[in-house]
Amino acid sequence: MSAQKSVLFDAPGPRARARNVVYTVITLVLFVIGLAVLYLGFNDYFRGQRPSLFDPATWAVNPSGEWTADKWEPFLRPGTWTDYVLPGLRNTLTAALTASVLAIVFGLVFGIGRMSERWWIRVASGAVVEFFRGIPLLILIFFTMALPIVAYQLFAIPPGTFQVTALAAVVTGLTLYNGSVLAEVFRAGVLAVPKGQSEAAQAIGMTRSQNMWLILIPQAITAMMPAIVAQLVVLLKDSALGYIVAFPEMLRSFTLLATREGNVIPAAIICALIYIAINLSLSRVAIWLERRNSSRGRTSTKPVDTEGVSARADTSTGAAGTVAVEPTVQEPLPDTLREDGPAEPGDDDAGDDGDDGPRDGRG
Amino acid sequence: MEAFLSNIDRVVDGFSWTVRLTLLSALFSFVLGILLTAMRVSPVPLLRGLATAYVESIRNTPLTLVLLFCGLGLNSALGVHLSGTVALDVFWWAVIGLSAYTACFVSESLRAGINTIPLGQVEAARSLGLTFTQNLRLIVIPQALRAVIGPLGSVLIALTKNTTVASVAGLGVQEASREMKLMFDQGVAPVLPTFLGFAIGFLILTLPTGYFFGWLSKRVAVVR
Repeated sequence: MSAQKSVLFDAPGPRARARNVVYTVITLVLFVIGLAVLYLGFNDYFRGQRPSLFDPATWAVNPSGEWTADKWEPFLRPGTWTDYVLPGLRNTLTAALTASVLAIVFGLVFGIGRMSERWWIRVASGAVVEFFRGIPLLILIFFTMALPIVAYQLFAIPPGTFQVTALAAVVTGLTLYNGSVLAEVFRAGVLAVPKGQSEAAQAIGMTRSQNMWLILIPQAITAMMPAIVAQLVVLLKDSALGYIVAFPEMLRSFTLLATREGNVIPAAIICALIYIAINLSLSRVAIWLERRNSSRGRTSTKPVDTEGVSARADTSTGAAGTVAVEPTVQEPLPDTLREDGPAEPGDDDAGDDGDDGPRDGRG
Repeated sequence: MEAFLSNIDRVVDGFSWTVRLTLLSALFSFVLGILLTAMRVSPVPLLRGLATAYVESIRNTPLTLVLLFCGLGLNSALGVHLSGTVALDVFWWAVIGLSAYTACFVSESLRAGINTIPLGQVEAARSLGLTFTQNLRLIVIPQALRAVIGPLGSVLIALTKNTTVASVAGLGVQEASREMKLMFDQGVAPVLPTFLGFAIGFLILTLPTGYFFGWLSKRVAVVR
């Protein structure tokens, strides 16, 4: 934030400060009007014959509106949480965790496959990754659900021989899609490792796979950790697609609750808050990892700079940072924006340069 | 495969809704995204706070929930209707939900683009006496837009694929994925060719978009 401030405007003078006050007041007025419209809308004001806005009755909580205590009261009952929310949350987390592990494995296999020496492995892995990245997750889930029908139509396996549960379909879809994105992330990470690393590995007689597993992958994973966590946030969010195939995850338990209690809007708001809390804490982890990396990468990749011209050291980190982000920006990755996410901690970094200096001197 | 091809008009109809959803949502989310970005980099702390709160909360909410909120919440429970016919009503709600969601990602990419502009550019503009609005309009946005063409292409591809979520109960826009599910369930054609046909349809929409934006971003890249 502080870095941005200096990019776009100076420290405000008296006129700018006065203007900012005016803008703040205008924004505040618009914001309050917006809140009022929202309040009245949820209060069922626009559906009735709309009494005068200056009538206090207009602003009182309408018993048929969304603000009535009846509609929020279910969230104070422990039964709501133990019978609906927590089982749903458990299913969401089960699906997300299983799919995360599988997606990382899938991503490693196909990411490395795309860098193979043999052309047919390269082409095959590339085709798989591009296919699963290019089609919507939802039709993948639909198709997985329909696999018993496919088995019947193609191999005459009688229906009912095997079933695909909603959980299996969701996990398969999440694995294939996010695994393909992670494959690209791993590949970009490996390509971003300085060339000298694998040259040195070859020079001391390591085989190609030793070089990959002992030298490149560990460095790539550390560098790409923020992008990987960001993708796991996407995965967790996408697990809500399970709702559409009737997988009893958190969103579905909230809609069941909303149908029973007739409180669609309060349920949606609470559900959104839970998702936001989980995802924001995961994003914090990504930012923390990014910070830790950027201070660690400096000592490992730039041992020459220990003479401690801190300005030079800072620019070099900036360059290293862009190298790590650049491959993902150029790729037409569907969710690159999530990987750009870590670019925002990037500007935090720029702001932190002051206190990064001493760390450099120490190293 | 013949059974699938004989139903090709249904496939084309499904994809026509997909394309309409994509184009309209892309337009609205782009406008809203620029507005949000301008707010997020403005000198007024309140504007910054509001835009950041909006982006951070919607970005971390699943799209399914956003669209369900539009469909079951605003449309059904509150009875806000945007059009006389049901098909168009849910269509416009889907467009609103997708735009509100995608605008966050547009805004994130634009902000990342603004961060790539060297400080000297803006300092030079300020020393020439350009105001904040002029600075943003003449110096920052043109350069930032050129830097974010690649990421914006990714956002557009993600949006194309996200339109499938508009088939969610409560909205049920008749787009490609819903058409595919109906064709599975009605058994009008074998499942595997149907799936491959729709998958190829989506690849036809997404792959050229990706290559085009990749080419464009290289072509207009700001050389520094």
